[in-house]
Amino acid sequence: MPTVDLSQPLTGRVWKYGDDVNTDVIFPGKYTYTKQDPEEIAPHALEDLDPSFAGAVQPGDVVVGGSNWGCGSSREQAAGCLRHSGVSAVIAKSFSRIFYRNAINSGLLVIAMPEVVDLIESGQEITIDLTAGTVCSAGRSWPIPPKSDSLRSIVLAGGLIPATKARLEAGQ
Amino acid sequence: MTFVQKALARAAGVESAEVGQILDVRPNIALSHDNTAPIRKIWQRLGQDRVAIPERMAFTMDHAVPAPTPRHAQNHQEARDFAAEQGVSNVFEVGRGICHQVLSEEALVLPGQVILGSDSHTPHFGWMGAFGAGVGRSEMAVIWATGEMWLRVPESMKVTITGELQPWVTSKDLALHLIGRLGADGGLYRSVEFHGDGLEQMSIESRMALTNMMAEFGAKNSYSPADEKVVEWLTPRLAARKDISETEAREEIRDSILAPDEDADYVEEVLINASEVGQQVACPHTVDRTADVGELSTIKVDQAFLGTCTNGRIEDLREASRVLKGKKIAKGTRLLVIPASSEVMNQALSEGLIQDFTEAGAMIGVPGCGPCMGNHSGVLAPGETCISSANRNFKGRMGTPEADIYLASPAVVAASSVLGRVAAPQEVVS
Repeated sequence: MPTVDLSQPLTGRVWKYGDDVNTDVIFPGKYTYTKQDPEEIAPHALEDLDPSFAGAVQPGDVVVGGSNWGCGSSREQAAGCLRHSGVSAVIAKSFSRIFYRNAINSGLLVIAMPEVVDLIESGQEITIDLTAGTVCSAGRSWPIPPKSDSLRSIVLAGGLIPATKARLEAGQ
Repeated sequence: MTFVQKALARAAGVESAEVGQILDVRPNIALSHDNTAPIRKIWQRLGQDRVAIPERMAFTMDHAVPAPTPRHAQNHQEARDFAAEQGVSNVFEVGRGICHQVLSEEALVLPGQVILGSDSHTPHFGWMGAFGAGVGRSEMAVIWATGEMWLRVPESMKVTITGELQPWVTSKDLALHLIGRLGADGGLYRSVEFHGDGLEQMSIESRMALTNMMAEFGAKNSYSPADEKVVEWLTPRLAARKDISETEAREEIRDSILAPDEDADYVEEVLINASEVGQQVACPHTVDRTADVGELSTIKVDQAFLGTCTNGRIEDLREASRVLKGKKIAKGTRLLVIPASSEVMNQALSEGLIQDFTEAGAMIGVPGCGPCMGNHSGVLAPGETCISSANRNFKGRMGTPEADIYLASPAVVAASSVLGRVAAPQEVVS
C-alpha cells in the first residue's frame, strides 16, 4: 500500500470537495463489518462521492474539503481508506470530531485551515512539509497550525496503536 | 461549571476542569457492538493477554442481526468467544436490540457517568444526564487496554425549549428544526445542553430521540437534566439488574447525578418555542436540508421504515399505530417496522401494536439497527425513495447511492406508508 512517509516533504495534486462530506460517501456503511484491511478498504475511498478517485489518486495527493468534513458514523475506515489510498493529508475548513480523532489515530494528517481552502483548486500541485510546518500551493505558502506534542507523536508513530504499544512496552 | 466540565472532571478524578483542557478520562462503560471483533484484532496488536477493564466493557450485537452472511456471523462469534475468554459479562445477544436502547434499559449507565462507545450515536446517553461520546475502533482498543482515553473538555451551548409541542409534532421534529436552523455543524465539537419547561414536559422516549439526534448536529455529547422522570425510569431497571431494593437503586441513581451550575459559561444560547415547530422532514442527502412536511406531498414513497435508535421505541410505535390502525398501506409501498429492543417488541405485542402493523400490511423485523446503515434487511434499490424514522439520510446510507432517503417522525413515516407519498398524519387520521 502506498502509505506515505510524513517525515519528508510530499508533493501531489489537490482533490477538492464541498461541505459536510460524510463518512457514508467516504467509506460506505455496507462494507464496515466486512472490510477492514488496508488493501480491502483503499479501493473504496470516496466511492459514493467521487467514483474516479480511488483509481486515479497518487501517493502524496491531498484531499481538500469544506466545513464539517467526515460527519456521520464513527467508522475508522473512513480515515484509514484515505491514508491507505496514499493521500498525505486532508485539509478542510473544519472536521467532525470523530473523523478528526480517527485520522490522527490512523496516522492520517488532518489540517484545519479555514482560510486556505477557498484559495486551492482541484488539480493544483500542492506540497505538504510537516517538518517545516507549511502547505504550499499556487505559489503561496501557509503555516500548518501547530498540534500538541502528543497528537504529533501519534501521527508520526503511524497511529494510536503503535504509539500506545510503545508506551505500554515502556511501562508508562 | 457546565455539565460536561463536571462529568469529565469526575471521570478523570480531578476537582474541576477548564474548557480546552485535555483529561485522561476513565469511562464507566466502554461500548462496542458488531465492531467488537475487528476492535479485538486491533487490541491484539498491543501485545496484551488480558484487557484492563472487563467489568466496564459491554458488547451488543445489533448492527447486522440476525447475521446476513457467514462473515457477519463470524464477527458475532468472535465477539462471544472474546467475551468468554476475557470475562466480559455485559454481552447482549442477537435480537436483544440496539446498543443505546439496551444499555439504557439495563441501567448500565447512570446519570453523571461517562460512556464512550465505538458508535457515533453515543451522545444518546445525554437523555439521562450522562456524558456519552463516540470514539473510533483504535481508541476503543486502547480503552480496553488501559481503561482510559484522552478527551478535550468542549465548549457548551445551551438550548432552552419553552412551550408545548403541537399535536402530531414530536421531539424528532424539534431536533430536525434545530439542525435545519443552525446546520449539520451547528453544534460541532460542543456539549449541547437542553433545558426549559418544554423539555421537562417531554417523556423519556422523546428525550432519547432528541439527544440521539445531536450526533447529526456535530455535538461531542448532549445533556438533558436527570429529573424525577429519569430517576423513576431507571430505578426498577437498576434494582432488577443489581438485585437490590428500589430504595437502594433510587439512592444510587440520585447520588450519581451531576447538573450544571446556574452561572455556567455557554458559547451560544438558543431558544426554541416548541409550539412554533411544525412537522419537519429532512430531504436527501443531508440532515440539515429540512422542509415542512406539507412542501413534500408530491414525493412518492417506495419504502417506509419505522425503527432505529432514534425512533424505534414504544412511544414511537404507539404514535405510528394511531395512524395505521384499521388502515392499509398503499399499493406499491412497503412498510418495515423494527422495534429498538426486545423489551419494546414485547410491550408492543402486549398492546396489540404489532398486529395493528401486520394487519395494515407491514413487515416486522428483528430488534436491531435493520437497514439503517445499508447492511441488510430492507436496503433499497437504485432509484427508490424511503421515508425513515432514522437519523441519517446520507447518500448511499441504505445500500445504494442512487436512492433517496427522507427523515421524519414515526407518525409522518406511518402516514406516508398509507398514502404512498410523503404525508402528514392529519391527512390520514381526522
